[in-house]
Amino acid sequence: MIATKMIPDFSAPVHVDQVGIEERASRFTKRSIKNETKLNGLMLALNMIDLTTLEGKDTNGKVKQLCYKAQHLHDAYPGLPTVAAICVYPSMVKTAKAALGNSGIKVASVATAFPSGQAPRDVKIRDTKYAVQNGADEVDMVISRGKFLEGEYNFVFDEIAAIKEACGDARLKVILETGELVTYDKVRKASDIAMYAGADFIKTSTGKISPAATMPVTLVMLEAIRDFYYKTGKKIAMKPAGGISKSKLALHYLVMLNETLGEGWMNNEWFRFGASSLANDILMQLMKQKTGVYQSANYFSID
Amino acid sequence: MAKTSEKRLEVLKTYKIYIGGQFPRTESGRYYVATNSKNENLANVCLGSRKDFRDAVVAARNAFGGWSARAAFNRGQILYRIAEMLEGRKAQFIDELMKQDSTKALAESEVNLCIDRLIYYSGWCDKFQQLFSSVNPVASSHFNFSVPEPTGVVAAIAPQNDSLLGLVSVIAPIIAGGNTGIVLASATKPLCAVTFAEVLNSSDLPGGVVNILTGKVGELVPFFADHMDVNATVFCEADAATQKLIKEKASLNVKRVLLYDKVKWSTATGQSPYFIMDLQEIKTTWHPIENIGGAKAGY
Repeated sequence: MIATKMIPDFSAPVHVDQVGIEERASRFTKRSIKNETKLNGLMLALNMIDLTTLEGKDTNGKVKQLCYKAQHLHDAYPGLPTVAAICVYPSMVKTAKAALGNSGIKVASVATAFPSGQAPRDVKIRDTKYAVQNGADEVDMVISRGKFLEGEYNFVFDEIAAIKEACGDARLKVILETGELVTYDKVRKASDIAMYAGADFIKTSTGKISPAATMPVTLVMLEAIRDFYYKTGKKIAMKPAGGISKSKLALHYLVMLNETLGEGWMNNEWFRFGASSLANDILMQLMKQKTGVYQSANYFSID
Repeated sequence: MAKTSEKRLEVLKTYKIYIGGQFPRTESGRYYVATNSKNENLANVCLGSRKDFRDAVVAARNAFGGWSARAAFNRGQILYRIAEMLEGRKAQFIDELMKQDSTKALAESEVNLCIDRLIYYSGWCDKFQQLFSSVNPVASSHFNFSVPEPTGVVAAIAPQNDSLLGLVSVIAPIIAGGNTGIVLASATKPLCAVTFAEVLNSSDLPGGVVNILTGKVGELVPFFADHMDVNATVFCEADAATQKLIKEKASLNVKRVLLYDKVKWSTATGQSPYFIMDLQEIKTTWHPIENIGGAKAGY
């Protein structure tokens, strides 16, 4: 818990240098990463994935299949890491928990009336408690973007704090839905509010709104985490989600992470990719590295 | 006006590759100089890399679903449209062929033959299925029939000794049968291939159905043969070592290997529905019926 006197005044304006952030973010895409470095990077990215299915049509069968995939990414390639977690709706947590058994893969559940967040607070708290009671190791909440844009920062702060309390031991990821916040200034402010209110992770998007995660918006959030760490000594984790489906882009994100927060964040305790199709693209790249032959989606599991 | 036009510098065309309906430069940034027998420099041409090929396969695979699902009749219309566009740009192709050592008379007849060949395959688009499909007699109450279906993504290395005719003769049966493809143009005579890509691009042919690369055969042929997402490889040279290499690498995902080293493209044997059938899979369906051969109307 952060001492009350350390909490800044959120009504004061924050300014992010838009041109600077975009220029800096584009620099990260120009690093040359080859051979062993690429291989290690791909393995690390694979290990950071929150394999996600968040659809109205999700069934127990679909979730079981995804959990199987999480444990057997591509058996033709021995020695692969597993993904970090499975991310599902609260109603699927029990199924996922049972299917994953003692594999060490975590179950993350979205909660708080995901993806809109348009529900009363007591409903959100019950939603969260339901997920945790069913065995969720991590909870992905959405902030009330409407309230945030109205300037009701205290409301958003209190809500996150209340959900954090409802989470108990589960780690809390706070989804800012940056596509709806529009400006980097607002993303930065929302990041600060979330971290001071008790978030363990800050996460860009639900994946339901376009644009989802972009490199500049992730950089703004990484810098917020860095500044928060310098001020309070507390590490916060980061999860970009949505729109990251190619291994090359994932490597760019890892470069950005390493050059902004450093090695201490380069593992799946402190960084995650929220993605569904990224895993297969990474697996195809790994098989290309191993066999020297370009791969076909026909030989990989359906995601 | 006349005086300024004498001083005017001609605007030369940049010969680029054709991937997914776009004209990018090669990702490798490399080029080579295409020359003719008089050793005149004709153009700087992209020296395509394996990554260009990889990108082209992705484009072809993405285009395959839509192209193969089109009505065969509509594919015929589009092939006809390609022929129309080629007819309209005849002069440009004749000019390019002559730059690449052809004579006027030979160039004209080559372009005409290409147009006619496209019309020929345009007609076959919705007809070869009837010829090569069958209703099969079976000893159970099933209606059993076999139909040709496109094999998928075809990687072809166009005949290397001519500029346009070989290219058109290889592309037309690929797309007439509902496949999509990546074609490597003649390395020594690449000009017409790039201009033909412009014809394709203005012919209602969806982007990615045909992708045209320029570059060296020796460098790219292993990837044409071993890419796991390619379903057939076409090779037209009588080069035993390369043929062997293709056959070996193609075995990795059991792709079809078509060797057309004995085909004379300028003759009537250079066109046939069997070139379409070379790139088709036969799918047989067993459809249960109530009463076969009975007096009643069972089906």
